[in-house]
Amino acid sequence: MALKLNYLTKTLLATSLTLILGSPAAIADNPSLLNSSYDVARELFASYNEHFNDHWQEKTGQKVEIKQSHAGSSRQAQAIIQGLRADVVTYNQVTDVDILHERGNLLPKDWRQKLPNASSPYYSTMAFLVRKDNPKNIKDWDDLTRDDVDLVLPNPKTSGNGRYSYLAALGYAQLKFNKDEAKVDKFLRKFLGRVAVFDTGGRGATNTFVERGIGDALLTFESEIQGVIKAFPDQEFQIIVPSSSFLAEFPVAVVEKPAKRNGNFELATAYLEHLYTEDSQRLLASFNYRVHDPVVKAETAANFPDLKLLTIEEIAGNWKNAMQVHFASGGKLDQLQRR
Amino acid sequence: MSNHKTSLSKVSHQQRIGDQPWLRRLLIGLAFLLVGSLLVLPLIAIFAQALSAGLNIFWVNLSDKYTLHAIGLTLLVAALTVPLNLVFGVFLAWLVTRFEFPGRRILMTLIDIPFAVSPVVAGLMYLLLYGSNGWVGGWLMENDLQLMFAWPGIVMVTVFITCPFVARELIPLMQQQGSSEEEAALSLGASGWQMFRRVTLPNIKWALLYGVVLTNARAVGEFGAVSVVSGNIRGETNTLPLHVELLYQDYNLVGAFTSATLLAALALLTLVVKTFLEWRQQQSAS
Repeated sequence: MALKLNYLTKTLLATSLTLILGSPAAIADNPSLLNSSYDVARELFASYNEHFNDHWQEKTGQKVEIKQSHAGSSRQAQAIIQGLRADVVTYNQVTDVDILHERGNLLPKDWRQKLPNASSPYYSTMAFLVRKDNPKNIKDWDDLTRDDVDLVLPNPKTSGNGRYSYLAALGYAQLKFNKDEAKVDKFLRKFLGRVAVFDTGGRGATNTFVERGIGDALLTFESEIQGVIKAFPDQEFQIIVPSSSFLAEFPVAVVEKPAKRNGNFELATAYLEHLYTEDSQRLLASFNYRVHDPVVKAETAANFPDLKLLTIEEIAGNWKNAMQVHFASGGKLDQLQRR
Repeated sequence: MSNHKTSLSKVSHQQRIGDQPWLRRLLIGLAFLLVGSLLVLPLIAIFAQALSAGLNIFWVNLSDKYTLHAIGLTLLVAALTVPLNLVFGVFLAWLVTRFEFPGRRILMTLIDIPFAVSPVVAGLMYLLLYGSNGWVGGWLMENDLQLMFAWPGIVMVTVFITCPFVARELIPLMQQQGSSEEEAALSLGASGWQMFRRVTLPNIKWALLYGVVLTNARAVGEFGAVSVVSGNIRGETNTLPLHVELLYQDYNLVGAFTSATLLAALALLTLVVKTFLEWRQQQSAS
């Protein structure tokens, strides 16, 4: 036993040593890039990485090894602050990129100016998933405050997804009542009163609606809804895109400090810039995200109905303000849920 | 015997619970039902799910690049953790059972810290200490040493989590055995090393192996602490338990259960070895 273990230890140590010592050499030949990303983007980036590699190989003759790390994006940002050497971040929340500047000064404060469209190569919005033939005849946010409609959405306290839905409802009410605060609050109170289940995360809410059959409408990202419709064809779910909703951005950025130390700054920048090319935008659209490229936009217009998109600036000034006023403990969300 | 029993019940007119055959059967049946539904059924489900798409897909999943890497990393972690904790455990047990010194009791209590602390907290402690904002982490960063979010960090937390197993197995045994045999060996002219090899080691052999088996099982299966310091980089810092979760979140159920069968098979093997070692331990004790 002891001898066997020793042998095993030696072999494994030897392999690991070659791996470690071998990796700088590997970097010289084939660069490797680490992309720190959010939870539900695995398929998307698996596909994009291949696409980018083809382009990069054609241009430079090099093959890039692109490594992916996926988890909730707040947790991912925390890991980078604690020393995870990611070259690029591709997140679903602007605040999680901001924190990389605030806590670790790992990228410049004006990171949003580095790439087009405020560094958000694709975006989505919050829409409704309803059951077959839309039995409750849900069309817009007003219908979600009706007494006979039950809603499922993730908790805005714990989930960015839920926060977006809350802000979308808020934005709609602000438009409708011309920012009359008493009326807006009354609308939101009714809306929150219709919530049957508050799940902690987006995938949990989807499961509640689909697997447990609870609720008349699920509120989540349009991209997620399209995915659910495709994944459960026999249920014949339908998507309802409201008249106005929240502009959910998917920010990307080069994490400059670690990227420069890894010698990857140019590669990392190219990796993100390539997201804006027509082919890449087409790929992103095939994963049900909305894109900015005019050609692709025209091609896929049928899949993405027009609506008025409201930004965080229009609804709450900025993210910091939104968090303090609405989602902090004792904030608007807490007050409006009290009955 | 039966005479005695009937006479006894005649005297007391009382029956103990379980004297009635139907009740006895009911209780035994209930125990089997519970064990079956809570322990055996889930285990079977793992294998059934893994093979649900056929043996072919099972092999495809198993030979996936990332799965193989996860297996390799998990083995590497175990191969580094087990010998380290074996030496540490023997050393510590020997120290606290053969010597009297100030702080001995405190030391014995401190050994149990990894048992008392939640694995997630253990992971966070290491992250706060060795992460780039930590006390040691800043220095490591300057010298370009990456411990956290790389395999050394995973080994570190696993060593922490599993360090009590060997020592905890050895201490009661060595206390009970006392040091008289070792003293006899020394007085007959054995060197320290000879004494350890010829007297101490044979006495603690089975308990030591038992500790090693437990250490190994825990090192391979640890999730919480490893998850904190891993950084979730697929094909680089994903151990087998993390890989199972990752595949599950990818909606790749068959893949997740395929990786889970490896862990389950290891658990079963551990059980068999453990039972055998317990039996040998009893044999050598009597």
